[in-house]
Amino acid sequence: MKLKLASIALGAALAAGPALADLVFPDLSYRTGPYAAGGIPFSDGYQDYFTLVNERDGGIGGVPARVIECETGYNTEKGVECYEATKGEGALIYQPLSTGITYQLIPKVSADGIPLHTMGYGRTSAANGKVFEWVFNYPANYWNAASVAIKYLLDESGGDLGDKKIALLYHNSAYGKEPIRTLEGLSAKHGFDLTTIAVDHPGQEQKSQWLQIRRERPDYVIMWGWGVMNQVAIQEAANIRFPMENFIGNWWAGAEHDVTPAGMAADGYKALNMNRIADLPVFDDIRTYVADKGMAAGDGSNIGKVLYTRGMYAAMLAVEAAKTAQEIHGTPDITAAMMRDGMEALVMDAAKMEALGAPGIGPEFGVTCADHGGSGMGILQQWNAGEGKWVALTDYISPDDAIIDPLVEEDSMAFAAENGIDLRCD
Amino acid sequence: MFYREAGDFKTSYAADNQTFPIRLDRYRYLAVLFAAFAVIPFVIDDYWANAIFVPFLIYAIAAIGLNILVGYCGQLSLGTGGFMAVGAYACYKLMTAFPDVNIVLHILGAGFVTAAVGVLFGLPSLRIKGFYLAVATLAAQFFLVWLFNKVPWFYNYSASGQINAPERTVAGIPVTGPNTEAWAQYLICLVFVVVLAWMARNLTRGTVGRSWMAIRDMDIAAEIIGVNPLKAKLTAFAVSSFYIGIAGALFFAVYLGAVEVGEAFGIQKSFLVLFMIIIGGLGSIFGSFAGAAFMVLLPVLLKNLLVGGMGWPTDLTAHLQLMIVGALIIVFLIAEPHGLAQLWRIGKEKLRLWPFPH
Repeated sequence: MKLKLASIALGAALAAGPALADLVFPDLSYRTGPYAAGGIPFSDGYQDYFTLVNERDGGIGGVPARVIECETGYNTEKGVECYEATKGEGALIYQPLSTGITYQLIPKVSADGIPLHTMGYGRTSAANGKVFEWVFNYPANYWNAASVAIKYLLDESGGDLGDKKIALLYHNSAYGKEPIRTLEGLSAKHGFDLTTIAVDHPGQEQKSQWLQIRRERPDYVIMWGWGVMNQVAIQEAANIRFPMENFIGNWWAGAEHDVTPAGMAADGYKALNMNRIADLPVFDDIRTYVADKGMAAGDGSNIGKVLYTRGMYAAMLAVEAAKTAQEIHGTPDITAAMMRDGMEALVMDAAKMEALGAPGIGPEFGVTCADHGGSGMGILQQWNAGEGKWVALTDYISPDDAIIDPLVEEDSMAFAAENGIDLRCD
Repeated sequence: MFYREAGDFKTSYAADNQTFPIRLDRYRYLAVLFAAFAVIPFVIDDYWANAIFVPFLIYAIAAIGLNILVGYCGQLSLGTGGFMAVGAYACYKLMTAFPDVNIVLHILGAGFVTAAVGVLFGLPSLRIKGFYLAVATLAAQFFLVWLFNKVPWFYNYSASGQINAPERTVAGIPVTGPNTEAWAQYLICLVFVVVLAWMARNLTRGTVGRSWMAIRDMDIAAEIIGVNPLKAKLTAFAVSSFYIGIAGALFFAVYLGAVEVGEAFGIQKSFLVLFMIIIGGLGSIFGSFAGAAFMVLLPVLLKNLLVGGMGWPTDLTAHLQLMIVGALIIVFLIAEPHGLAQLWRIGKEKLRLWPFPH
């Protein structure tokens, strides 16, 4: 009886949401738990951009965008619940900001026909559009990131890493394990010595890992961290006086909140980034049309920060793909399948980014049927603790495709064989 | 007025000892079974299956399993998450190694593998008791998760360390993989739940179950009257792990489809199942169901009411939910240590006398 009463109440609660003619963008965010520090600014940026488009342009092609937020807590079970709860609303695209949830959703979105965009995370081999029809990971993925980091280190050490030792400090999950294969390939190619050191979820305790780093004295430490793990790692690195300029985080380990807890000790810490951080004109629009009107998703303090910018960039790519889809199909009311066509025909060039008020926010790239991965370029940035800001060290560096392409091919073909998928795009 | 026994005469030993001795109870039980098998499969959709029914049924199996060990045999265990992981990985290895064998056999096989592992980690229970045993099973939890992360053979050397359930069918209908229909997913779990719950109920009132309860109530006295503690404790570990293993296999193969061991089967899962049986009621099959329903439904219900119904921010709701669940656990521990099952029992007593309680 308790169950029945609960079901009735639940049914009533479910039926409450009104159905309007609009474009639905679910935001599977996490504002609680050990990963909230990264989840909050990303989600704020994602939602604010849609609000901006509605307020300033009256929607996408005249149709308002509606964001449905659903809290996942970076937990796969809640992620699945959020997916099932929102997909019936006419969801056009999912961006879960979690590699674990991505793995969960890849088979589901492929069966349901809803595109999944995992920008710089998720399953790397999804870059192969021949196998993964509904999954996109432009503009860059983990294997690109690993390669960009090694390329930067090669440049720094005069083209030779033969006598160097590199340690990978990674989150012990699907996310953290992704770059290992690429780094092993690169280690064989360039002759450096690779040690992998795992940090278990959530990563608040890393004494033994840093003891190992102190003992083995690697020349460089590369980190694949997220959430509270980043802050702890940077603090521990400072504690053992590891030279910060030899410590490189990936693009999920390079935001303001990761370095500020360590104070001045974090000065010189480097991180990758797939989008540029600058005072872009679009932020002024967000302040005028969204934050000043009190419509911001957060308290407005995150505007312009690394992950806010990335969340906004993710929304921007979704909006551009939706516009492309509207052009292709000649209707403003697009469906998820039309959205997919738009994503596959998406072109981001300098002129377009300039027009959007975000010049140079990302690399120039175009998506095709076979290539869902974009250009894969990334930049390196360094933390200046004195001024409290990230400084870009390089222009966009392109990854070593000779290593990555065969790996993508191998992994995606294995997936195709396992699931009996026929190749597309021929 | 309700639950009247007047006129409900028992004329045989079997009739006197049936699970539902009161007629109304029996009809209610049959009505629930009828609804579960003949009504829900026709109305269920993806959301109800994935958010409510499938997790509820799977957690009910795990809760029954843990209840056998903790509630009936009195051996405290914090290794549930680890044993669920054994079930999931055993199922995955069997599924990928023998793709032509029926998935039901794989799930049962996963249960047997977990039972063997459970017996192994149950051995210390012969020497240590109470909190010390809890710590030993905690070691099992951490060891097993570490093992499945560390040894690539368990995840077939995949790049991400994740395991993914390929599509498998029962009588031509897919029950795992992305193309599974909601009703198929629901029905396979339901069949396992009904068979396992029926088995558990009958085990617990037979010789084996009585020896477990004797050990729980006082192990020295039990030994003196002729209960073999070795046999009783190890069978409890074996049966309990069998159930938990099946829950783990279903959790991975039917419910989630892709699993990462540290995230899906961490220590929080052990506590979740333990909370279920504490809230539901120790030593009660009904309590296992009630506890599982409570812990699965409450967060979904709160979320839908607060975010969907009242439009509150999602983070506030998530935090409130933690507070409410926590507060309820404390309230239960203080006000009704025997859980929902005891509330149900008291309610039934009251209803029997109502409206003339004197």
